[in-house]
Amino acid sequence: MALNYTKKTLDNFLKPKNIGKISNPDGYAQVGNMTCGDQLDFFLKVEKGKIKDVKFLSFGCASNIATASILTEKVKGMTVIAAKKYPWQKIVSELGGLPTQKVHCSVMAVQGLKKAIENYEMEEEKKGKKGKKKPVLKKVKAKVKVKKTKTKTKVK
Amino acid sequence: MKVYLDNSATTKLDSRVFAAMKPYLLDKYANPSSIHLEGQALYLALEKARNEVAEILGAQTRGIIFTASATEANNLIIKGFARANRTSQKNKILVSELEHPAVLEAARELADEGFELDYLKANKRGIIESSELEKKIDDKVLLVSVMAVNNEIGTINDITTLAKITHKFGAYFHSDIVQAIPYLKIEAEKMGLDFFSLSAHKFNGPKGVGLAYIKPGLKIKAQIVGGGQEENHRAGTHNLPGIIGLAEALKIAYKERSSYLKNVRTLRDYLWRSLNKEIKGLKVNGCLKSRVPANLNIMFGSIEGEAILMDLAYKGISVSTGSACSASNLKSSYVLRAIGLEAYNLNSNIRFSLGKYNTKKEIDYTIKALKETVARLRSFSPVKTPAKSKSKTKK
Repeated sequence: MALNYTKKTLDNFLKPKNIGKISNPDGYAQVGNMTCGDQLDFFLKVEKGKIKDVKFLSFGCASNIATASILTEKVKGMTVIAAKKYPWQKIVSELGGLPTQKVHCSVMAVQGLKKAIENYEMEEEKKGKKGKKKPVLKKVKAKVKVKKTKTKTKVK
Repeated sequence: MKVYLDNSATTKLDSRVFAAMKPYLLDKYANPSSIHLEGQALYLALEKARNEVAEILGAQTRGIIFTASATEANNLIIKGFARANRTSQKNKILVSELEHPAVLEAARELADEGFELDYLKANKRGIIESSELEKKIDDKVLLVSVMAVNNEIGTINDITTLAKITHKFGAYFHSDIVQAIPYLKIEAEKMGLDFFSLSAHKFNGPKGVGLAYIKPGLKIKAQIVGGGQEENHRAGTHNLPGIIGLAEALKIAYKERSSYLKNVRTLRDYLWRSLNKEIKGLKVNGCLKSRVPANLNIMFGSIEGEAILMDLAYKGISVSTGSACSASNLKSSYVLRAIGLEAYNLNSNIRFSLGKYNTKKEIDYTIKALKETVARLRSFSPVKTPAKSKSKTKK
């Protein structure tokens, strides 16, 4: 079997960029699963419509890790609209090619990112329906805090 | 440091074997089927090798048919025997589900030709039990094929007992013994083997040469036809350097067997003990006791097998996920599925297969490297590392 990864793919596998979690992400998605042999979790921070930060976790092969790594590198700073359309072919060419049986990894990576952005958009829409954006968020948080303290006192 | 732990895929050629082959590559190049003096001298060398091989394996000399690989031998035996002996009463083939693809695919071809095909199931330990054969066999069965040692998990089957049961039903028994050399002593006649197949490169012999044992008197249809070599069972000019190499490698393997087995077991047990101590959440696939001492197949749980393999590869360590064959199509291991691994655990396994050139130093390096690899990959895995206590609570 030919499974010759390019140097760039290997670099991205051996020293992947943007690995890890983001706590309180603005967008999150999981694609694939252990049974299929690869799984990716994406976390997003969005500011003014742009991807401020993006991180991922992987249960997957070398190319699964490498494709997610390069994708997160490329879309950081992009508008969510542009990032959502990032084509998998571009990942393949950025890496200098992928073995045929591994091309699906790049497809999965863009799907995961797209899902995470959609999750962000959905959350935004929910907030939008409730009224103005940022103040609402603060109010919600404040309410939750109040509730918590109330319940705590009740228990006590 | 370079560490080769993929000896079930293939092994390094023993330099003594190479020395034995060399004259047949450079000087003694005539065709042993030629009737001139050069040819006839080599015919004698060919027959001497055949004799030696038969003696070591407790088989009849005339039954040794040299081939280019064990895959070819498996094809010749399974298809050749079935096609030559099919009757309306005897048209069923039984193969174990753990067989190498060379057996499984050959049997599938027979099924396409109208043979009835059934599979012997392995137990959770990775062994084909005699009760399973007793349950599946009947008078319609013509041929039963069960490997002596599994290539992925190294588990050992009691082929003597399986052959005995097979014969009670007037059927014939084949065993792919590729992974059994020199771990098991093979005495074909005593064990009741009608057929077996092996290849030299699994025991430090050359690649490109194997053999099919076909008990003399059994009818077989050649699958490669031509000049009628090998008693019309397998046409093609003899690969004499390869055959000489096979015989030499087999001689050395059994001569040095006891010290090799001791060494390899010490290393393998040390590898497993250390890994199990240093890395959390590991599990051995298949029965650890009833397996060849060179094999260790481990489930890692929360990280993917190929990523482990590749990470180790860049530290100079060669291992495999499942078998080399299943790596090519990226399908998860049917062997591990057969012994009951949950679907989500099928992509998280590594086979370590040791050989006679491995050293303690190499194993120490592997333990250290694997510790780092697992820690790195687990650090960004979305899946939690399986806790050891989990399986205990299940029980």
